[in-house]
Amino acid sequence: MSRWIEVCALDEIARQGSRVVASTQGGIAIFRTADDRVFGLLDRCPHKGGPLSQGIVHGDTVTCPLHGLKLGLADGEAVAPDKGCARSFPVKVEGGVVWLQLG
Amino acid sequence: MRKENLVVVGNGMAGMRAVEELLKLAPDLYRITVFGAEPHPNYNRILLSPVLAGEMTIQDIVLNPLAWYAEHGIALRLGRTVAGINRARRTVVADDGSEVGYDRLLLATGSTPFMPPIPGRDLPGVISYRDIRDTTEMIDAAGRYRHAVVIGGGLLGLEAANGLRQRGMDVTVVHLMPWLMERQLDRAAADLLQASLEARGLKFLMERQTEALLRGESGRVVAVRFKDGLEIPADLVVVAAGIRPNTALAESAKLHCNRGIVVNDTMQTYDPRIYAVGECVAHRGIAYGLVAPLFEQAKVCANHLAHFGIARYTGSVTSTKLKVTGIDLFSCGDFMAEKGGVDAIVLHDPGGGVYKKLVVRNDTLVGAVLYGDTADGARYFQMVKDQQNIHAIRDQLLFGQNASVGDAGHAGNAHAALLPDDAEVCGCNGVCKGDIVKAIKGQGLFTLDDVRKHTKASSSCGSCTGLVEQILASTIGGAYTPARSKDKAMCACTDHSHGTVRQAIRDLHLVSIPAVMRALDWKAPDGCASCRPALNYYLISTWPGEAKDDPQSRFVNERAHANIQKDGTFSVVPRMWGGLTTPQELRVIADVAEKYRVPTVKMTGGARVDLLGIRKEDLPKIWADLGAAGMVSGHAYGKSIRTVKTCVGAEHCRFGTQKSMGMGVKLERMLFGMWSPHKVKLAVSGCPRNCAEAGIKDVGVIGVDSGYEIYVAGNGGIKTEVAQFLCKVKSDDEVMEYSGAFLQLYREEGYYLERTCHYVARVGLDHVKAAVVDDATQRGELYARLRDALQDYEDPWTQAVQQPAVRREYEVIQLVETKG
Repeated sequence: MSRWIEVCALDEIARQGSRVVASTQGGIAIFRTADDRVFGLLDRCPHKGGPLSQGIVHGDTVTCPLHGLKLGLADGEAVAPDKGCARSFPVKVEGGVVWLQLG
Repeated sequence: MRKENLVVVGNGMAGMRAVEELLKLAPDLYRITVFGAEPHPNYNRILLSPVLAGEMTIQDIVLNPLAWYAEHGIALRLGRTVAGINRARRTVVADDGSEVGYDRLLLATGSTPFMPPIPGRDLPGVISYRDIRDTTEMIDAAGRYRHAVVIGGGLLGLEAANGLRQRGMDVTVVHLMPWLMERQLDRAAADLLQASLEARGLKFLMERQTEALLRGESGRVVAVRFKDGLEIPADLVVVAAGIRPNTALAESAKLHCNRGIVVNDTMQTYDPRIYAVGECVAHRGIAYGLVAPLFEQAKVCANHLAHFGIARYTGSVTSTKLKVTGIDLFSCGDFMAEKGGVDAIVLHDPGGGVYKKLVVRNDTLVGAVLYGDTADGARYFQMVKDQQNIHAIRDQLLFGQNASVGDAGHAGNAHAALLPDDAEVCGCNGVCKGDIVKAIKGQGLFTLDDVRKHTKASSSCGSCTGLVEQILASTIGGAYTPARSKDKAMCACTDHSHGTVRQAIRDLHLVSIPAVMRALDWKAPDGCASCRPALNYYLISTWPGEAKDDPQSRFVNERAHANIQKDGTFSVVPRMWGGLTTPQELRVIADVAEKYRVPTVKMTGGARVDLLGIRKEDLPKIWADLGAAGMVSGHAYGKSIRTVKTCVGAEHCRFGTQKSMGMGVKLERMLFGMWSPHKVKLAVSGCPRNCAEAGIKDVGVIGVDSGYEIYVAGNGGIKTEVAQFLCKVKSDDEVMEYSGAFLQLYREEGYYLERTCHYVARVGLDHVKAAVVDDATQRGELYARLRDALQDYEDPWTQAVQQPAVRREYEVIQLVETKG
């Protein structure tokens, strides 16, 4: 059963930044883009497990800090020619509050 | 909105590259129709030689499969020749009588092989070497006949001859001139090449003029007769006597042609609706036959077709590399040195099979020929393109052996041609030579960046870049061209180079990343992980105090003020000024290591302590404990001042002439908080024994009895670079001023991620000396600007400890589950 869980205020995540949420499924990185959209990805790069939350956010993409893989924030898919996918989680903002859905 | 019609005549590499570039810029602007005379989709013509030699198949060399055309809605008319252009009605007429209208027309008709008027040239068995049909005919003949004659000892002729020989034919190359490849090689190099090809079983007849091709009983060619009466058997004659721009269609439409369709710098013909690119074009009087210039033309043309209207093509310097496996040959620029005012620097070792000639005019390298050892080809070519002044390195230029290859990570190999396929080229990512060659051929790669993206080779430390360039060059021949450094785009987000962007930030007084991106038409709205850190550095170094530092545009290490490790933990390195510490500091470090269960404690190469394996959320707590004892960030994580390493010096050492520890501490305190294009390391030694290893530092200071010698631009990393002597000074204050002024010059002029050794190699030591040594006023100003920029710097660890908003960045959010 899926449930929405309150994460934090949107203001507590920097633009082009992220925060990490602890969960039983591992750390989940919540990203905020320059235009205030939020996305959630498992905080593990499919390449060598790098913490995606620590990467640079640009457009709809994050670049992994360890070896520079680029992943789409919306679906976690690596940008070609790289391959791989990080699990994504539904995230929404309501009334300035960020919510995360855990499956 | 009605789409405009773009008609492309020519389905080859130049035309399709222009279409690809256009689709990147304006995917929906045109309805595109492409005419191709050959019955194949666009393929990589350069790789026909490996196909002929049996190293690849036709399928391997297709660049744009039919699905690509369909995907982009391109109407592809294969096997159709365009018979005429009606410029008044703006239509083209195909050989089947069909007519297609255009708003813009792109001519990419390529070239046709030149067939000299020799009797018998129409006989079966006499072919040129241009396309897939010629290649398959040669392969077929090789299976059935014995004697092949190749007329023309140029690049193409030799590759054809080699391929036929590989397929078992008895091959004779006939050449009109005294030596092979006379347009790319001088005589000495060509003689070495000929000897090497003869050793592989090729035969040569030089300075022979073909009189007739003789017909046999079967009706097929049977022999070649020369003007001097000699006759040799020939079941297959390949004529490779050069190419001519294919201008027939353009001329029939009364477009101005002069040894090619004449275009301006925007690739426009004399009819403004008609563009032309590729081998059919004459630009500033030159028709190019290599693919690299054609790609540059295609890019410019696409820019104008997309209505951007800003790009210009100003001509290309070309290089040549023979694609014959096992033969190392490179030439570029003006290599003949026949004109006055030109010097040739030559190394000629026929026994060793090595020949190198560098052609120098006014202290600038203008051309090079390399045979047998082409490791430095890419570097020389870069120098030619950059018109770099080589005065200071003239005496070593020829011996710059393997200068483009790093010292570590590829088992000491500097010659790509000698490597087996399973040799590891990139030690960081474990990429072998065979992987790279396969990707270049299989994926149709043409640039270093392409290779990096697809294989990861040379994408980490870059030590193997020179090797990868050699592999690229030997796989695709003259197709490979490094960009002129000063024109190289920062990243895919912009066409501007680092130099242009730095200049614009200063000239236009830009103080924020969005302002830069707006002013310079950035293509991606908020850039990428490559350009944003560079822009952030350029802003804060150009406008200190005014431009605001953007943490989100910094790499994680500089954002978290610690070094990220492979498992996502961090390392903490407190600063130890000049490598000095105290029992009290060591006690606190020991306490911290125990309290936070730090798994690894080690000494760094910069003479301080590294605490490894720390979770991000523990960083502020550790900093608080260290800070209470007066310790601050060591910036072991930054493109910044790292350490000033010192020897014991005159304080204790019986040999010491100067107090190196004291000098080092003063320098490190002065430079605390200095951000720079890349990391900066200093060392101070108290005497010429140089125990602090100042010879491989960005700034190395060596004490002598009468004062200090200052060396700059050393490096102990990927490629060991010995620091160069800058000047000698008398006092500690002068060491501070000269070192500071040099580092400020580097801060203001260096490109992001350029170490001082690369910066000084680019601008020249003379330039640095002029600013820092010879001109006291400029030195004083540089030094003042450095101190000004650093005066208000606060320790980032203290800030993270004291400010809740900053501290929050380090905390993990714990979820509180709510019901309902």
